[in-house]
Amino acid sequence: MPQLTNEIREAVRNLLNEGKVDLIIGFERGTMPLRSRPCFIRKQEHVDRLIWDGFCENNLAKYLVKQDERIAIIAKGCDGRTVVELMKENQVDRDQVVIVGVPCQGMVDRKRIEAELHGKAILEAEERGDEILLKGAGFEETLSRQTFLHASCKACTHPNPTVWDIPVGEPAENRHDDTYAEVEAFEALSSEERWAYLSKEVSKCIRCYACRNACPLCYCQECFVDSTQPQWLGKSTDPSDTMVFHLMRAYHLAGRCTECGACERACPVGVDIRKLNKKLAKDIKVLFDYEAGLSLEQATPLSTFSPDDPEAFIVNP
Amino acid sequence: MAESEKWEPRIVAFLCNWCSYAGADLAGTSRIQYPHNIRIIRVPCSGRVNPFLILASLQHGVDGGLVSGCHPGECHYLTGNYSARRKFALLKSLLAYVGLEEERVQFTWVSAAEGVRFAKVIDKVTEQIRTLGPIDKFVKSRSRGLWDAAVNE
Repeated sequence: MPQLTNEIREAVRNLLNEGKVDLIIGFERGTMPLRSRPCFIRKQEHVDRLIWDGFCENNLAKYLVKQDERIAIIAKGCDGRTVVELMKENQVDRDQVVIVGVPCQGMVDRKRIEAELHGKAILEAEERGDEILLKGAGFEETLSRQTFLHASCKACTHPNPTVWDIPVGEPAENRHDDTYAEVEAFEALSSEERWAYLSKEVSKCIRCYACRNACPLCYCQECFVDSTQPQWLGKSTDPSDTMVFHLMRAYHLAGRCTECGACERACPVGVDIRKLNKKLAKDIKVLFDYEAGLSLEQATPLSTFSPDDPEAFIVNP
Repeated sequence: MAESEKWEPRIVAFLCNWCSYAGADLAGTSRIQYPHNIRIIRVPCSGRVNPFLILASLQHGVDGGLVSGCHPGECHYLTGNYSARRKFALLKSLLAYVGLEEERVQFTWVSAAEGVRFAKVIDKVTEQIRTLGPIDKFVKSRSRGLWDAAVNE
C-alpha cells in the first residue's frame, strides 16, 4: 500500500502550511513489526512520517473528543463512521475536523499471527498484496492476509468513510453482504447454550474496563461502572456483576457502535465482546432501520421515536 | 428453596405514577382479585425506568420484572413511553439473546381506567413466571436464598 501512503501525504501536505488545521492525526511506522502507531503531526516537515498499511488498526476518532484544535484525521471506514457519531452527539464540531477518507482493505490481527507462529519472535513483516511475509531468526513464513484479518474487519460492511472532506485512493469494495450472519447463527442455538457460552466468555473478564477505555464512543465524564451514587453496578467479582457490566456496556453503545473492534483489541483476555455489540446493531437495524455513522442527518435511534415503533414484545392479557 | 411446593414467584413491578399506578389502585378499590406476587414500585414515568433497575432486581433475586406505563400517545409527559418503548424493545431482545427466559422481563401498558386489565396482566405474568420456576440466571450468589430466609423467619 505504498501508493496510499503517498496519496495521504500529498492530500494533507498543504493543510498545515495553509493554516487549515493545527494537527494531523494519522499513523506512522511502529517500532515493532506488525504494528503501526497513531501519530500527531503539527509541523509540515513531519508529514512524511505518515504511512498507511494493514496494521493501522486503531480507531483514531478516539483522539478527537474534547479537543479544541482544528484537526485533520486520516480515517478508514470505521473511524469515519465513529467521527460521524461523535458529531451527531455534539462531541466533535463538524467545522473543526477535516476527514481524510481512506479506503480500508481490513486490518491484520497481529495476536492471531503471533499465535500461529507459536511464539517465534517476528523481526520483520511485510505486506505483499494478499500475503504477509514474516521474517525472524532462522525462519521465513508467508501467510494469507485475508485469513488473519480482525473479526470486525472480516465482517466489515463499510470499508470507506461515509462522510469525508478529502478522499484518497479508489473506494474499497465491500467484502460482505450478510451482515448479521454471525448473530443469526448464535440466535439459532438454544437459550441454555447461549447462556453457557456467554457466561464462559464473561468469566474470563477481569473487569479492567479496557474495552470501555479503548472505545472511541465511551466518553462519559463518569461511567456507570465508576458511579457510586447511585452504584449501578456491584464492585464484586460475582459473575452476575460481570455479566451485567458486559450487557450494559453493549447496551450503552446500542445504535452508536460502529464495530471498529477497538474493545476486542484492547481486551487482555479475549472476551467475545462482539457477540453483544453485533446483536444490538442488528436489533437497531431491524427495529428502527438505523445503522450507526452513515449520515449526519438521521437522528440517533434512542434520541427519537416513532408512534409506529414495533411493540410486539408488549404483553397483553 | 427449602420446600419447593411453597415457592411463590416474586415479581417487581415498575408502574408509572399517572396511568398504571392508578390502574393498580383502581383494581384495588374495585376489589378485583389478582395474585399477591407483585411488589409495586411507583415511578414518575415508564421512561424513567433505567434498564439497570430491572437488572438489579434480577440480581437481587426477584423472579421477574414488569414495567407498565401509559398507553402510547397518552403519556403524561407526552413522549416518555415512546422513548421507553424503544429502550425496552432492545433490552428485552438482548436479555432473550443472552439466554434469559423471555417471560421474566415484561412490558405492558395500563391506563388509569383499566383496573381489570391490570389484574389480568398480573395474572398472566405471574402464571408465566410460576411455570418457569425460581430464577437461576443473573442472581448474585449472596442474594441466593436471601428472600426465603427472610420469609421463613
